[in-house]
Amino acid sequence: MATAMALRLFGRRTSIAARGFSSSCETEKAAKDGKPINLFSAINQALHIALDTDPRAYVFGEDVRFGGVFRCTTGLADRFGRSRVFNTPLCEQGIVGFAIGLAAMGNRAIAEIQFADYIYPAFDQIVNEAAKFRYRSGNEFNCGGLTIRTPYGAVGHGGHYHSQSPESFFCHVPGLKVVIPRSPQQAKGLLLSCIRDPNPSIFFEPKWLYRLAVEEVPEHDYMLPLSEAEVIRQGSDITLVGWGAQLSVLEQACVEAAKEGISCELIDLRTLIPWDKETVEASVRKTGKLLISHEAPVTGGFGAEISASIAESCFLRLEAPVARICGLDTPFPLVYEQFYMPTKNKILDAIKATVNY
Amino acid sequence: MAVRLMRLPTLAWRKMASLAAFGRSLCPTSPLFPAPACGNHGSLLRPVRHLGSGEAAGERVLQVDNRCSDQVLDFPGGKVMFVPEMRFLPGSANERINCYRVLDDNGQTISGSRFQEVSKEVAIKMYSDMVTLQVMDTIFYEAQRQGRISFYLTSNGEEAINVASAAALTMDDIVFPQYREPGVLLWRGFTLQEFANQCFGNMLDYGKGRQMPIHYGSSRLNYFTVSSPIATQIPHAVGAAYSLKTDGKNACTITYFGDGGTSEGDFHAALNFAAVMESPVIFFCRNNGWAISTPTEEQFRSDGAVVRGQAYGIHSIRVDGNDALAVYSAVHAAREMAVHDCRPVLVEALTYRVGHHSTSDDSTKYRSIDEIEHWKTARDPVSRFRKWVEGNGWWSEAAEVEHRSSTRKELLRAIQVAERAEKPPLSELFTDVYDQVPANLREQEKSLRETIKKHRNDYPSDVPV
Repeated sequence: MATAMALRLFGRRTSIAARGFSSSCETEKAAKDGKPINLFSAINQALHIALDTDPRAYVFGEDVRFGGVFRCTTGLADRFGRSRVFNTPLCEQGIVGFAIGLAAMGNRAIAEIQFADYIYPAFDQIVNEAAKFRYRSGNEFNCGGLTIRTPYGAVGHGGHYHSQSPESFFCHVPGLKVVIPRSPQQAKGLLLSCIRDPNPSIFFEPKWLYRLAVEEVPEHDYMLPLSEAEVIRQGSDITLVGWGAQLSVLEQACVEAAKEGISCELIDLRTLIPWDKETVEASVRKTGKLLISHEAPVTGGFGAEISASIAESCFLRLEAPVARICGLDTPFPLVYEQFYMPTKNKILDAIKATVNY
Repeated sequence: MAVRLMRLPTLAWRKMASLAAFGRSLCPTSPLFPAPACGNHGSLLRPVRHLGSGEAAGERVLQVDNRCSDQVLDFPGGKVMFVPEMRFLPGSANERINCYRVLDDNGQTISGSRFQEVSKEVAIKMYSDMVTLQVMDTIFYEAQRQGRISFYLTSNGEEAINVASAAALTMDDIVFPQYREPGVLLWRGFTLQEFANQCFGNMLDYGKGRQMPIHYGSSRLNYFTVSSPIATQIPHAVGAAYSLKTDGKNACTITYFGDGGTSEGDFHAALNFAAVMESPVIFFCRNNGWAISTPTEEQFRSDGAVVRGQAYGIHSIRVDGNDALAVYSAVHAAREMAVHDCRPVLVEALTYRVGHHSTSDDSTKYRSIDEIEHWKTARDPVSRFRKWVEGNGWWSEAAEVEHRSSTRKELLRAIQVAERAEKPPLSELFTDVYDQVPANLREQEKSLRETIKKHRNDYPSDVPV
């Protein structure tokens, strides 16, 4: 399969920074008329389209007006005006609370939380308000127009508070959708789906890939389906499941494993809740083995949920224990980042151990 | 609260670092925020030259520059004077902010009082809705005591706040309530049957029996559904108000909360956002003295909520919450300001929670019966307003008896109907989590139905499965 992804390296350690991707058939078709752009530009395109196609769409958050600290909102305020694209005070619970009220009036409220590490002050608003807004009112009201965008994950030098992957907290909350893209094409299509989905969603953006990942992205308006996982590499010996930036690490492990004659099937879950259990199950029924990998700490991570579900539904087909290669159960550490991370060789070792179980 | 570390080695990060440094240069670093040393402190510092008579201009300027006494700092937000004295702002003013009132304790208008005129029709509806609210509270409270509903929470003592604030608004204004404002909904036309359906959680409850009693809501009446967490609705009102503003609507939002709610982060976030975003929202604080058992002196040390509104740059007023005319007038004026000037306004109503916090509370454990009795009788907002309405010849003892009696009958009937109505069907357990029922919930519903077939007695018989 041709790799439509060019890599641009930055950062100190190329061994970490080198992240490759496979494009699926789905995105390859979409890419025909695309230009190579990076992930933040793909997000930026999606936001331009969202604001352009819906006069009731708003983009706001800390430092959003000048383009945002990751440049995702560049040019929006100039084009759509400061009443639709604006800075907010530095207060995450305020941003989400305000966004819920705006969304409840029939608007598309696209709120940015500058780093996922800072989303916790908004936890109550997300969990007790946004997620329950429709249910508790018996559908008298909803805030389905709410989308929270936030950069997550390791970046090579972010330490405790610029590296976290808090997705599993939100996967425990009925009423939310949690979506994480792996590449520029995916980011654009999935973000537009989140924005237009009639349910509140949290869109975690892999900040390591903002500049690093470059891919041909169609310029036109397109959406990718939520709650549909994507098999991005067919295989027969073991199923690997991940999301976001971790996909490229898994991909590298697949390539290495292939050299040793192990055929890996790689699945990008894309939407974590409500998640596409069928696709993972079908794959595990074929391969009989499962490995899940995410950057967040292993205990209570979303990998645990996938593991438990597959153990329930595919128990007799499983030929080895489900492997989880994830972040360690420590705060995200600065100088120990490489030790903490679920790196290629940790995954490769686990693939071999599982296949040879 | 978020610390942004900007020492990161990419171009974008470096750009951020320079911006962050700019931000920091505007911030005081010393707790005393000392006037910078004389001389050039960047373009922010512009010495003002006062030329005294009989003095050589050059000499005078030099003197001023050396003393730094009457310089002006052109700082974001406006000019700031430098002074040589070290003066701390006191934590409170010498006198408390006074309280706007129209009716005295005997229901007579205070001479010189200025208030918004209320028509006979509106005044009668205001008064009769206050009485309805009282009757409703009495009967629902009893129903809870008899075990017919699981929970209740009265608005006793706050009838004027409920009804008069609602009367000063239009139906296009959007309400984000806490939970002690059912009178607003009553004013807007929520029927006693609708109240009863919610409290009994039957199939006619708009909330489909999912929330505890008193969690009312109605999209028809622009009244957002109550949620239990304190103060979470306040920032919603700001976002919704922003929407009204950008849509050019002739309307505002109003959000209610108690004295306890002003301690929550959401209160502060909302006030600050509203001021900055210039959103047409009325923040209505019911300062009733008690947050469950916590008195206001253990809640905050500011002079109530009103000064905090001002601190955030919001027009604010303190009003006698037991004076229906004062509440009506203040909210009427606040609405005018909010809608026409596109700005937030804060109203702090001083009142008293005459009832217990809820049916799960016994407030005599933490406050004196005398105190409760005083507010219940001498300061009762309903009888005070009645005196004024009667004084105008618009109400009578006969009307009173008739209204209380017919309301009581209507409510008892509503309760019987609500009690007999079916509960919402089991399928509604799984709807509305999302706009459509996702696969995991369909699977869980299927599994639950199989369990119910096997263990029917484990489950309530009044929920249709």
